[in-house]
Amino acid sequence: MALKGNLRDFNVTQLLNLINIAQKTGTLTVEGPDAISWVSFRAGKLIYAQMGNEDGSLTGILTRAGKITSKQADVIKENATEKSDQGLGLLLINAGYLSQQVILGSIQQYALDIVYQLFTWIDGLFRFDNDVLPPADAITIRMDLENIIMEGSRQTQEWELLKDEIPSLDMALTFVDRPGADIRDVQLTVEEWKVVSYINPKNTLKQIAKTNKMNDLEIRRIVYGLVQAGLVEIIRPEGMPLPPKAKKLPPVDKKQQASLVNKLIHRIRSL
Amino acid sequence: MQTVKMVVTGPFNSGKTAFIQSVSEIDVVSTERKISTEAERIKETTTVAMDFGRITVDDDLVLYLFGTPGQKRFDFMWEILAEGMLGFVVMVDSARPETFREARGILQTFRAYAPTPYVVAANKQDLDDAWEVEDLRIALGLDSKIKMLPCVANDKGKVKSVLLELLFSILEESKE
Repeated sequence: MALKGNLRDFNVTQLLNLINIAQKTGTLTVEGPDAISWVSFRAGKLIYAQMGNEDGSLTGILTRAGKITSKQADVIKENATEKSDQGLGLLLINAGYLSQQVILGSIQQYALDIVYQLFTWIDGLFRFDNDVLPPADAITIRMDLENIIMEGSRQTQEWELLKDEIPSLDMALTFVDRPGADIRDVQLTVEEWKVVSYINPKNTLKQIAKTNKMNDLEIRRIVYGLVQAGLVEIIRPEGMPLPPKAKKLPPVDKKQQASLVNKLIHRIRSL
Repeated sequence: MQTVKMVVTGPFNSGKTAFIQSVSEIDVVSTERKISTEAERIKETTTVAMDFGRITVDDDLVLYLFGTPGQKRFDFMWEILAEGMLGFVVMVDSARPETFREARGILQTFRAYAPTPYVVAANKQDLDDAWEVEDLRIALGLDSKIKMLPCVANDKGKVKSVLLELLFSILEESKE
């Protein structure tokens, strides 16, 4: 079994949504136009990321973040050749050079930058390998995907995709009842909060957009982000008439129909 | 003689014809033609009107299985085929994510034609590239209540399971 495809058909936002909802553990490999990227997850949380040939070692990350200079990085490398990133991190903390918060914050930002970069890739092969994780001595983090998905959705400009995902603005929204899905934990923009504050099975997306003076693209983009982050789901608004019942072949009598279906079940079983 | 029908729908090359062929007691009355569009030339032929299979239940009852044409330009046939159906199966090629969006569109279209029971068959589960059923469910945005079943369209046993699950759903609905 594989989880693979092309970003043209299943974009990074949708992939992260799947990994988040299914609480997957493993590594996502994406071959983009100019580079290859590896992003690892544990139980649906982002734990590690690496981009192509970039120096993703702790010294490389700290240098990039401006926490140490290139010269300091060279000295550290020289004196700690045998040390893993975890060992080096402990050394830096114990020696009082850097705090744990600074080290983890730098690694988090490095991973986020890579994932945000992936959002700009519209073409490229991807593959998710279950249970493949970064080396045991790498420093891993633990980040919820909801905020990351929301950020990725904010950059979505694909009108066709948004229209496809949210075909009708006559629908309403409801909060998802899923463990770990709490909208209060997500950093939303003012515009997104305006939409969230009107979420109610009675309010259609059209009404929410009108009240907040948003155009179709804006409301769709916000709703797309909330849906992909697994925070809300689209529902039929309360009071909206159901589509007319289809014409069924006789018998329409429920008892007769049950008898007919039982005959069919019996026959299919005997095939 | 009473006849009932179920419809098998899904994107191009999702395995509808093979599904019907696996259980039909007659050679499937097929309307396959050579594919003319270069973009869709991943198989030699495709269904252009409908496939048509039959399962005789007894002297008084016959079940017809209709397969819809997979290519989009024949979608005018769908509504005609959907009329009066007992339920429908949506076939999804588990190994071709480029068709997932279309599968979802077809599902929504059929639900609008007729709010009858349906199941989703995650076909080609025997292929190495096949997505797992639960991954497919999320990719298609399907609620956990909707039956999503692993399928291999030329495996009679698997096809029977899909049809039986659909019939159980129809039975449930007739009890409500």
